[in-house]
Amino acid sequence: MEHWFTDIAQALVNWLMGLGLSAGWADFVLLIVQWLCIVMIVTINVIILIWLERKVSGFIQLRLGPNRLGPYGAFQTIADAIKLLTKEDIIPSRTDKWIFMTAPLFFIVVSVMLYAVIPMGDGMQVVDFNVGLLYFISIGSLSTICLLMAGWGSNNKWSMLGAMRAVAQMISYEIPLAISLLGVVMIAGSLRLSDIVVAQGNIWFVLLQPIAFITYFIAATAELNRGPFDMPEAEQELTAGAYTEYTGMRWALFFLAEYTNLVAVSALCATMFFGGWQGPGLPSWLWIIIKTYLIMLVFMWMKWTFPRIRMDHLMSFSWKILLPVSLANLVLTGFGLEFFKWMGWW
Amino acid sequence: MSDYATIGVFLLLTMAFPIAAMAASWMFRPKPKSSEDKMLPYECGVDTKGKTWIRFRVSYFLYALVFLAFDVGVVFLFPWAAKFKFLGIYAFAAMLIFISLLLIGLWYAWKEGALEWY
Repeated sequence: MEHWFTDIAQALVNWLMGLGLSAGWADFVLLIVQWLCIVMIVTINVIILIWLERKVSGFIQLRLGPNRLGPYGAFQTIADAIKLLTKEDIIPSRTDKWIFMTAPLFFIVVSVMLYAVIPMGDGMQVVDFNVGLLYFISIGSLSTICLLMAGWGSNNKWSMLGAMRAVAQMISYEIPLAISLLGVVMIAGSLRLSDIVVAQGNIWFVLLQPIAFITYFIAATAELNRGPFDMPEAEQELTAGAYTEYTGMRWALFFLAEYTNLVAVSALCATMFFGGWQGPGLPSWLWIIIKTYLIMLVFMWMKWTFPRIRMDHLMSFSWKILLPVSLANLVLTGFGLEFFKWMGWW
Repeated sequence: MSDYATIGVFLLLTMAFPIAAMAASWMFRPKPKSSEDKMLPYECGVDTKGKTWIRFRVSYFLYALVFLAFDVGVVFLFPWAAKFKFLGIYAFAAMLIFISLLLIGLWYAWKEGALEWY
């Protein structure tokens, strides 16, 4: 069980090299297979997640949620996907055509790129990057540009307001997000995500860095435009924010990318604070799935429990509370580690 | 392959994903004739008035400036944090000065009202 997927990958490479391919080309074929797996993981996860989100929201609001198609409404998302696939692709006449058309495509590319560095099990990473965390944060922040493209290209006032709010919110929460993760990096001593997982062999970083975890969790919710921080697409006032003008497959790509980002951010949270793929008994790839899904359930719980936060409160919360707190956490971690070094415990 | 080459190939492969999705939808979707009214921007059924591409409020720009300063600062913190274990007390003191400079910047932006949303 433990080494199923790594064994399959190794067997594939050996078989290809037995056919006479050079090591480089065998790696290339393996990369294509890995990419296909990631695309499948992304799609299946999103199908499950949309169903789960609707079920959880129904449960919290004392409704049934989807319950017609299949057992417990499990095929509802598939029906929705088929509907979106067969919908017309409307490109309004006053839009900035290329920006409008390419924004969802860029968004999904950016969010799938995040999966290149996430350790999905012991040795199950597409790239074991030595700057993995920096890569994750920098690629993740590109989604801001995609939202701005969608909002600006639409030439629609709702979209424009939504995009502007989204950009203001996302750039504000990006700094506490990065700084809170630095505390973990200081203890682990590496930006390589697999090293950070291994460093949590004895104790999870959520116990050593509780302030960083809380800061990260709040900032990540805001980065995802979810939960109490969904001002950018506040349905009651902005229709759908930056997505107002999109129809059919382009809209579906935005939705797909949002949920893909959710999975990626939750997986990073599990990797940085909850010991990643480490755990007793079960195989490593099952542990990361369990942890990621538990974190995503907390995200959903937050979304359907807290009321939406006002825009000025949202911005001042990031700059006046989260940023000083995360910097203080960084300094505190520094003093703590210096003390540990001085005592010879670390 | 080196890590960066792998990332590059991964990027090229990933670009195929949305293109394939759009191609699939192009095969199945209806392509009816459009009318002028249908192609107007959606603003709750009322014809749109005035320009959308306007100059926006200045507070967004101020936030962007503060963000830029801090983002560059955070990039400097990354290598320091990764090698913290081996750097010793001198580097820690230097970084304390750097963080206090960032905090002075935050205090200044706060005092000047760049962090007020109005």
